[in-house]
Amino acid sequence: MRDSTGRVRTVLLLGGRSEIGLAVVERLVRDGAREVVLAARGGAADPPGTLAALGATLHSVDFDAALPDTHTATVAEAVSLVGDLDVVVDAFGVLGEQSEYEADPAAAARAAAVNYTGHVSAGLAVAARLREQGHGALVVLSSVAGVRVRRFNFVYGSAKAGLDGFAQGLADSLHGSGARVLVVRPGYVPTRMSAHVAPAPFPATPGQVAEAVRSGLRSGATTVWVPRVLGPLFTGMRLLPRPLWRRLNR
Amino acid sequence: MKRRQRERTLLLTGWGRTAPTAARVVRPRTAEQVAEALAAAGPRGAIARGLGRSYGDAAQAAGGLVLDCTGLTGPIRLDTERGEVTAPAGTSTGRLIDHLLERGWFVPVTPGTRHVTLGGAIAADVHGKNHHADSSLGAHLRSLTVAVPAGGVRRVGPDGDGADLFWATVGGMGLTGVVTEATLSVLPVETAHMKVDTDRTASLERSLELMSADSGHPYSVCWVDLLAKGAAMGRGVLTRAHHARVADLPPPLRRAPLRHRAAALPAAPPEMPFGLLNRWSVGAFNTAYFSAAPRRRRSEVRPAASFFHPLDAVRNWNRLYGPRGLVQYQFVLPLGAEDTLAAVMEGLSRAGAPSFLAVLKRMGESVPAPLSFPRPGWTLAVDLPAGLPGLGPLLRGFDEMLLAAGGRLYLAKDSRTDAATVRAMYPELPAWQRVRERVDPDGVLVSDLARRLELVRP
Ligand SMILES: Cc1cc2nc3c(=O)[nH]c(=O)nc-3n(C[C@H](O)[C@H](O)[C@H](O)COP(=O)(O)OP(=O)(O)OC[C@H]3O[C@@H](n4cnc5c(N)ncnc54)[C@H](O)[C@@H]3O)c2cc1C
Ligand SMILES: NC(=O)c1ccc[n+]([C@@H]2O[C@H](COP(=O)([O-])OP(=O)(O)OC[C@H]3O[C@@H](n4cnc5c(N)ncnc54)[C@H](OP(=O)(O)O)[C@@H]3O)[C@@H](O)[C@H]2O)c1
Repeated sequence: MRDSTGRVRTVLLLGGRSEIGLAVVERLVRDGAREVVLAARGGAADPPGTLAALGATLHSVDFDAALPDTHTATVAEAVSLVGDLDVVVDAFGVLGEQSEYEADPAAAARAAAVNYTGHVSAGLAVAARLREQGHGALVVLSSVAGVRVRRFNFVYGSAKAGLDGFAQGLADSLHGSGARVLVVRPGYVPTRMSAHVAPAPFPATPGQVAEAVRSGLRSGATTVWVPRVLGPLFTGMRLLPRPLWRRLNR
Repeated sequence: MKRRQRERTLLLTGWGRTAPTAARVVRPRTAEQVAEALAAAGPRGAIARGLGRSYGDAAQAAGGLVLDCTGLTGPIRLDTERGEVTAPAGTSTGRLIDHLLERGWFVPVTPGTRHVTLGGAIAADVHGKNHHADSSLGAHLRSLTVAVPAGGVRRVGPDGDGADLFWATVGGMGLTGVVTEATLSVLPVETAHMKVDTDRTASLERSLELMSADSGHPYSVCWVDLLAKGAAMGRGVLTRAHHARVADLPPPLRRAPLRHRAAALPAAPPEMPFGLLNRWSVGAFNTAYFSAAPRRRRSEVRPAASFFHPLDAVRNWNRLYGPRGLVQYQFVLPLGAEDTLAAVMEGLSRAGAPSFLAVLKRMGESVPAPLSFPRPGWTLAVDLPAGLPGLGPLLRGFDEMLLAAGGRLYLAKDSRTDAATVRAMYPELPAWQRVRERVDPDGVLVSDLARRLELVRP
C-alpha cells in the first residue's frame, strides 16, 4: 500500500530485465519498497545486485508476453509471493528492425503481439487484481513513437499507438476503483533495445525516466513525458500536414 | 428474510486526504446490523469508520468492507445520579457536548474537533487539553458494547470479565470489534464558558517551564511557532483554563450561563492550488498570530466552543493543503527527553517545513490499554504538506530519534511509519494481538493502517 509520503511496499516488474523497468524499480526501492517481483521469460536469473543491496527482497516468476493464456496466473503468482501489488511496471517490448519486419510479415506480427496484445492480456490481468484489492498503480511504458507513427518504425510505432490508447482506456475503466494507470512516454532512451538505432533529439536516461515515474506516481498524474519538452513537441507534431510529416521522417 | 444492507463503493481517505483506497461501504443502524455486516465481510475484511477525522489510513480497508458507524445514533441517556451518560457509538462529540452542556454537564475529554464519533474517540483513546490532569478518554469509560466477529455483541467494562477486551478496544483502532454504545462519566459544570489565562512564551524552554509548573489549571496547551529561528525557536502562546463558574461571568452572561453555540462554519474553498501554503505565507501567519496574542492575560471568559474547537470554525480546512493532502506527525516523549523534543523541533525548523499548527502539551497518567498512545511526558503535533520534498526521509529520521529516547507515535495521526518502528514503540503489541486473535480468529477486522503496520496477521 502506498503511504502518505509516496512510499510503497511491493513492486512487480513485467519485463524483469528491462533496463528502464529496473531503473524504475531501483528508484522505488530507494524510496522504501521492500518486495520486488521480477517477471521475465524463464524467470529473472541474475538480477542486478543493487536492489538486494538496497534492502529489497527479490522474487522471480516466469512470464512470456507472447503467451496471453498465462498472464492471469503470472499475476496470481506474484500476489502469492508478496501480497497486494502496490506498483506494477509494464516494461516489456521489442523494437526490432523495420526493414526486417517488412521482409518477414509473420515476424512483424509476432513483434506486434508482444508490443500490443501482450500488454492487453497482462494489463487486464493486473487491472483485475488492482480493482479487487482497491488500490495500486500500473505504470505503462508507452513511447512517443506511438503518438504519431513514423514511416521508419511503423510496425513498432503502431503497436505503441495501440498500447497507449489501451492504457488510457484502462485508466478510465479503473476510475473510482482505487487503482490507477500512469502512461509514460519517453523519447529516445539509450538502452539495449535502442542500441542499434541512431540517437534522436531530446534523449533521456533510464534514471530520468525513473525519476519522472516517481514524481508522476506522487502527484497523481495520468501521463508523463520524458523529457517533459516532448509533451508540447509531439502534441504539435500531431498537427503537421501529412506530406510535411513524411518528409521530416525520411 | 432480512434485507441486505445497501452497499456503495467509495474511495476513502482520512482527514489528511492522502492514499485513497476503494471499499464497499455499508451504514448499519443497529448492533444487529453491525454483526450481520461483519459476518458477511468477504475475503478482504472489514473495519469501522466514524467521521473520518483520523489523519491517515485507520478507517479504510482497500477492497474490503467499511462500516460507516455514523448511523449508530439514538437517544442520549444522562444519569445525573451516577454522573454518567450512555450514547450510541455514532454520536458525535459535538452532539454529546450540546446535549450535556444545556443540562449542566460536560464530556470528560474532548479532542481538538467536535466532529469525531464516540466510537472513533474510543478506538483512538483520545486525549484533550486536560490530559495532564485527567488522562485520556479510556480513564472515564464505564462500559462498552462491542460487536466482535467471534461471539456477537458483548458488554464489557474496565474490570472483571471481559476487561482485556475492553482495554484492547480502547486505543485498538477498530481492530478488536465495532463499538456500538458506550457509557462514560461526565463532569458537572456551572456555565458553558471557560476562564482562560494566556501567556506568550519567548522560547521553548520557557514554554516547557510554564507547563511543568503545576498551576492547577485542568486545561492547558501551547501553540508553538516552528518557523521562528534561533533563540526564538519554540516561542509560543500558552493557554490554560478552568470551566468558568457563574460568578466568573460578566453580568449579561449570568442570565443564561449554560447557553452555548458551536462555532459558525465558514467553509474553506473547495480546493486550493498547491503551493499556497509555503514557509513564507505560513511564517507570516505565525508571526502575526504570535504578535496578536496578549503577552499575558488573566481570567478572560471565552465560550467553551471556541476554546476547545477553534479549528472547527473553518470547515474543511484540510483542503488548504491542496490535492496532495497533509500529514500530521504527533509523538510523545517521556519527561527528561526534552533534548530530543528540541532536536525534532529544530529539525522541522531547519527543514523549513511550513507548519501552522504545532501544538505542544504535557501529558499525564496513562491507562492500561496496550495500544493507547498517551504516556507521561511531552506531546507535539505538527501538520505538514504531504508534498513537501524529502518529507519521508525527514520523518523517518525523527522516528529514529524518538525510538532512541523512548518516544512513540500516535496511530490515529499516522499515515507513513513502518511495522518495525511501531513494534518497538508499542511493546505491549503482542499482548494486544493475543486478545485480538481470540475475538477475531479469522482475521475479519483489518484496515489499511493494520496492513501497513502489520498489526494483524497478513
Ligand atoms: C482537527 C482535528 C483535531 C484533533 N485533535 C485531537 C486531539 O486533540 N486529541 C486526540 O486524541 N485526537 C485528536 N484528533 C484525532 C481524532 O480525535 C481521532 O482520529 C478520532 O479517532 C477520530 O474519530 P472519528 O469518528 O473521525 O473516527 P475515524 O477517523 O473514522 O476512525 C478512527 C479509528 O476509529 C475506528 N472506529 C471508528 N468508529 C468505530 C466504532 N464504532 N467502533 C470501533 N472502532 C471505530 C476506526 O476503525 C479507526 O481505526 C483530531 C483530529 C482532527 C481532524
Ligand atoms: N529504449 C528506448 O529508447 C525506449 C523509448 C521509449 C519507450 N521504450 C519502452 O520502454 C520499455 C522498456 O524498454 P528498455 O529500453 O528497458 O528495453 P529492454 O532493456 O530491451 O527491455 C525490454 C524487455 O522486454 C522483454 N521482452 C521482450 N519480449 C518479451 C516477451 N515475449 N516476454 C517477456 N518479456 C519480453 C525483454 O526481455 P529479454 O531480456 O528476455 O529479452 C527485455 O527485458 C519497452 O516497452 C520499450 O518499448 C523504450
